[in-house]
Amino acid sequence: MKMIQPDFRIEVDQDKCRKCGRCVFNCGFGALELKERIISDPEKCAGCHRCVTFCPEQAINVELNPLSFRPNDNWSPFLIKAIYKQAESGGILLSSMGNDKPYPIINDHLLLDACQVTNPSIDPLREPMELRTYLGRRPEKIDFEKNNGGFKMKTQAPNTLKVEVPVLFAPMSYGSISYNAFQALCMAAKELDTLMYTGEGGLPKELYPYGDHILIQVASGRFGVQSEYLNIGKGTQIKIGQGAKPGIGGHLPGEKIPRHISETRMIPEGTDALSPAPQHDIYSIEDLRMLIYALKEATGYKPVCVKIAAVHNVGAIASGILRAGADQIYIDGFRGGTGAAPFITRDHLGIPIEIAVAVVDQRLREEGIRHLGTIVAAGSVRSAADVVKLIALGADAVAIGTAALVAMGCHICQKCHTGNCSWGIATQRPELVRRLDPEWGAERLVNLVRGWEHEIKDVMGAMGINAIESLRGNRERLRGLGLDSETLHTLGVKAVGASMG
Amino acid sequence: MNRSQSYDWGMHNPSGCGISSLMSVKKNMFRGHLVVRSLDNMVERGNGLGAGYAGYGIYPEHPDHYALHLMFEDEDAKRFTEEYFSSHFKVFDDEPIPTRPVPGIRTAPIFHRYFALPKEESLGNDASERGADEFVVNRVTEINTNIKGAFVVSSGKNMGVFKGVGYPIDIGHFFELEEYQGWCWIGHSRFPTNTPGWWGGAHPFTMLDTAIVHNGEISSYGINRRYIEMFGYRCTMMTDSEAIAYLFDFLHRKQRVPLPLIPAIFSSQFWNNIDMMDEEKKKLHLTLRQVYGPALLNGPFAIVVGHRNGMFGLSDRVKLRPMIAAKKDDVLYIASEEAGIREICPEPDTVWMPRAGEMVAGFYEEGLQ
Repeated sequence: MKMIQPDFRIEVDQDKCRKCGRCVFNCGFGALELKERIISDPEKCAGCHRCVTFCPEQAINVELNPLSFRPNDNWSPFLIKAIYKQAESGGILLSSMGNDKPYPIINDHLLLDACQVTNPSIDPLREPMELRTYLGRRPEKIDFEKNNGGFKMKTQAPNTLKVEVPVLFAPMSYGSISYNAFQALCMAAKELDTLMYTGEGGLPKELYPYGDHILIQVASGRFGVQSEYLNIGKGTQIKIGQGAKPGIGGHLPGEKIPRHISETRMIPEGTDALSPAPQHDIYSIEDLRMLIYALKEATGYKPVCVKIAAVHNVGAIASGILRAGADQIYIDGFRGGTGAAPFITRDHLGIPIEIAVAVVDQRLREEGIRHLGTIVAAGSVRSAADVVKLIALGADAVAIGTAALVAMGCHICQKCHTGNCSWGIATQRPELVRRLDPEWGAERLVNLVRGWEHEIKDVMGAMGINAIESLRGNRERLRGLGLDSETLHTLGVKAVGASMG
Repeated sequence: MNRSQSYDWGMHNPSGCGISSLMSVKKNMFRGHLVVRSLDNMVERGNGLGAGYAGYGIYPEHPDHYALHLMFEDEDAKRFTEEYFSSHFKVFDDEPIPTRPVPGIRTAPIFHRYFALPKEESLGNDASERGADEFVVNRVTEINTNIKGAFVVSSGKNMGVFKGVGYPIDIGHFFELEEYQGWCWIGHSRFPTNTPGWWGGAHPFTMLDTAIVHNGEISSYGINRRYIEMFGYRCTMMTDSEAIAYLFDFLHRKQRVPLPLIPAIFSSQFWNNIDMMDEEKKKLHLTLRQVYGPALLNGPFAIVVGHRNGMFGLSDRVKLRPMIAAKKDDVLYIASEEAGIREICPEPDTVWMPRAGEMVAGFYEEGLQ
């Protein structure tokens, strides 16, 4: 008896099929078998389209299982199946990637402005359009002294990090993703002259040459943290929380810890890598300050970023982080991705990144300290439009995780935690990892970000803005459509139809 | 000043405009009608919905007092403001600002000027000039925000602003500007694309001795405003020109950014140019852009700013609005069009078109070190 019927149905057109077996070979989940003809086990199918993509005859298709429950707006099939699973196992239900529930998506209710008549739009193909961004702490003011006819700064230049495009690669640990995927991110960050965060899994020694484009993460599990690692990057990142699972630590199942991962993380092979929920040396804001300065001391005062999940009180928390000495505040919204998280945390904790950015930016302004530090926003940045809107709400830059994986072939099938990723991304099985050519992946990442770069420049030009700092926090160029007045107020954005002022 | 029912206050006013200005570095005096004539020769740049002038050196009898030009909607506002004054200022002299009837101007508010200093007991610990300046700025902000029907038009020493709704020639006649003599005059003719019709909304905008006229529409207004409000300024007039005046005040007076470096903030160099500078200069520009990036004025503008030590003109980083400069003997002219300059100085020694983001500055010789 099977209480739970499969989500997908695999259809093989037996007339077209040449029985070459390529689909069988490509399925990382073992859902296909070649006997006299292709036999499918839809229960194992993740819906990742690997078989469809690689079938030379286009003979195979994956579709939703049309089997229906009696319609019920309260008891969705998802909830019914969840109960069956838990009634069977008594455990926590796991998933991966980001929150997929139908909460309103604020970015999809924000519209951008453009110039007409009174102010010329700017053509980015013919005129300079600047996206370069510096991340990190700034002094309150600059002191000058006269110097043979000119002026010289007495203030030291700020210790900031330059990115040519305000799109960074979000922390996705080595272990949760494959070496090849990780390497592709490193290569792309270098090519784009931007930065990537390592995530909590350390950095393989072979990738140390990319250090100039890497920010080193120190998470609650302290995986792979040693002095050479800390110093190889441009700065460090303290991970407090993650949008997909605020309040709990990383979960990497033992199946995803072969030898190389175990060496990099400095833990035994095959053991589950379960990060503690909090950092056990940070139970308060003053403890955070100590770790920030410990890392600064350990790295010769390289910038320190503190990553938090977007939670209800994010404004006050971010203010505390900035005051505790962090150079960068990284905020991860409730739709941010993960390699493994319980459904309950993934789908029900946290707040949208748009709200978090708006609240943090405003709070820091009210305290008169916004200009002193940097906000990096993440948690489902899906397009160049999302980038522009988040920056206009107040972020200095954004980080992309899921979008980067999709560029490398990910189909968001939400099975990362199984370690069977057919695309060679979220897996450690060597035969699967081999499928992802790092150079191919890097090229696609570079293409994606370059494409976004062009789009960002286009809409900035339309708004008559030729430097990204004039877009940052410029909520005057946003209008909300279909948002309630309380949300608009929180966002600091007017409704469509309102004029300037 | 609170918004009232009778006027449409709530608009940010994108506008096209004309500007003209002249100053003598030797502080030789001109009568006020010259700058009026210059603007009148560019009359097509305005639409009769606003014009205004700032004159420097016009009150030689009160050189050290703050000359507070006020505008009142009614006698109540005036009485209320004067009560407020009496608790904060020692007023040495006050009088109505002389005006004459002009056909083009049908209704006008009440104009009155006060020559005053902050009361010593009000200043508290900081009785320095900077302390007094700060005190005046705060009182001006308070009046403009809290007293209904009252508006401080200008608050500098030995200078004053005359502005209102009308064509430049009408406003010039209305305020009898030919009766004043000053060493620096800056003027503005307005073409607002909304119809606000409020006298306080005309240019110049001022903060102490600084007066600013502006032709343009700042696409960065949203962030410029949020940035400056972080430091206690309140943008009450919904115009980008007001925000520019506060930004200048903040950067130059409070943060003490030297004047020659202001263009590196308002019209900052492109990264490509900064990358090619020598190390010292590169470091300076890089830091200025990083620290004061939110004060970058993006989008089209040409501004002329009058201040204690002189006057300067500046355009945006790609020069999307016109600005031309000329010199004749000790006099510097900056205007939107050459026609505006030639009207009052037919044969200048030199006329030139300043480049995008390049500052044209004149300083009074006595003030030069």
